Amino acid sequence: MYGSTNLTEEEAKRMNTTVEDPEKLQQFEDRIARGEKIEPGDWMPTEYRKQLIRMIEQHAHSEIVGALPEGTWITRAPNFRRKLALIAKVQDEVGHGQLLYSAAETLGKTREQMLDDLLNGKSKYSNVFNYPAKTWADIAVIGFLVDGAAIVNQTINSKGSYGPYCRALERICYEESFHLKQGHDNVVYLATGTKHQRAILQDAINRWYRPLIHFFGPPDKMSAHSEKLMKWKVKLASNDDMRNQFLDMYVPKILELDITFPDPNLRKNSDGIWEFSDPDWDEFKRVINGDGPCNKERLEVRRYAEEAGRWVRQALMNPSEKYKVPLA
Amino acid sequence: MSSLDPRVNRLDKKKISEGEVHTNTHLITWEVFHQEKRGKQPVHVGIVHASTPEMALVLAKEQYARRGKTTNLWVAKTTDVYTFATEDEDIFETTPEKTFREPAAYKVRDRIEKFQNQNKVEI
Repeated sequence: MYGSTNLTEEEAKRMNTTVEDPEKLQQFEDRIARGEKIEPGDWMPTEYRKQLIRMIEQHAHSEIVGALPEGTWITRAPNFRRKLALIAKVQDEVGHGQLLYSAAETLGKTREQMLDDLLNGKSKYSNVFNYPAKTWADIAVIGFLVDGAAIVNQTINSKGSYGPYCRALERICYEESFHLKQGHDNVVYLATGTKHQRAILQDAINRWYRPLIHFFGPPDKMSAHSEKLMKWKVKLASNDDMRNQFLDMYVPKILELDITFPDPNLRKNSDGIWEFSDPDWDEFKRVINGDGPCNKERLEVRRYAEEAGRWVRQALMNPSEKYKVPLA
Repeated sequence: MSSLDPRVNRLDKKKISEGEVHTNTHLITWEVFHQEKRGKQPVHVGIVHASTPEMALVLAKEQYARRGKTTNLWVAKTTDVYTFATEDEDIFETTPEKTFREPAAYKVRDRIEKFQNQNKVEI
């Protein structure tokens, strides 16, 4: 749930009641059914545009805010090589945020409007970044498992129908393959290290397990669906399917290190479906609505950056230049 | 605010804006072209926001030249790039059969051999 495609009931209703030009809608849907991409200048249904902006914008905010918990540890990385890798990763995340803002901009919402909505709390970002990175082992777990989850989500979304979003995601997935590898490397070093290193890794896994289960959003039976979003290839896989794919890929890579998950019910059934205990979806909702351990800090840091940097941006403005929506 | 990040704890709290924020500084966008190697075509890779070409180039370097090899980057104002309208895509669909533009469509060996056989040409 990097960029959420879960609809509120009101949105789900609107999806089914907004009237579009039937001929144009048919051409649009035919194009998507043929596997062709939609480009910025194309006609598109109002709700397609709206849902894409929301999803890409949330994804962009997640990259920007996601840099904060990891950035905390740059000054305290255990050695020079790890520090270089972490600086590079954090720089990538901010760059990914910019790429995604650009993709959303082609749909007609400016980067500044998106930033305003983030700072004013109108627009969400991934819940997972509202939890603190308490020790160096958290950096290992974020690099391996949070990025692993993000890559599952992004690889699936890169097969979507909107050209600029797909292009941004392909570049992002390519760059994030290094994040995943360095995260795994970091996890393996801790797991095969001293007693203390193993202990902080186990502690980090214990704390990140629940936010990771939350990552892909509420179970399918709890979330409002829109067949249209699937048909329009805005949403390509259900929350449960993505979560299952993630567990399938990453749980064995932790267990093989003799590290455990804090859930006695976590297991794979004979039909390939992973089972787990109820991860407290009320907590998920509380954190989304602002009541997580770090929501306030994350927004305050961004609001500080906005205020402290404003004079620079104003000095850079050239009033004779008129902003135009970028091409691609 | 007590953060795990000492830098956050050092922030000047007076500079944390309160109430509604309006960023309202729309820098223009520049289309970025990336040339991987000498001799290769520069390829469009995306945009940056900047007020001058110099700033656009610096930001393009940070955004599009972090990995692999780069020989050069070009930037051009979005407003200076002209395109066809997307819905006019059909103007590129002229005659469907265009083999007359392809070298493989021109095969003369059979004709030469036939001519040589008929006319007993020996070389």
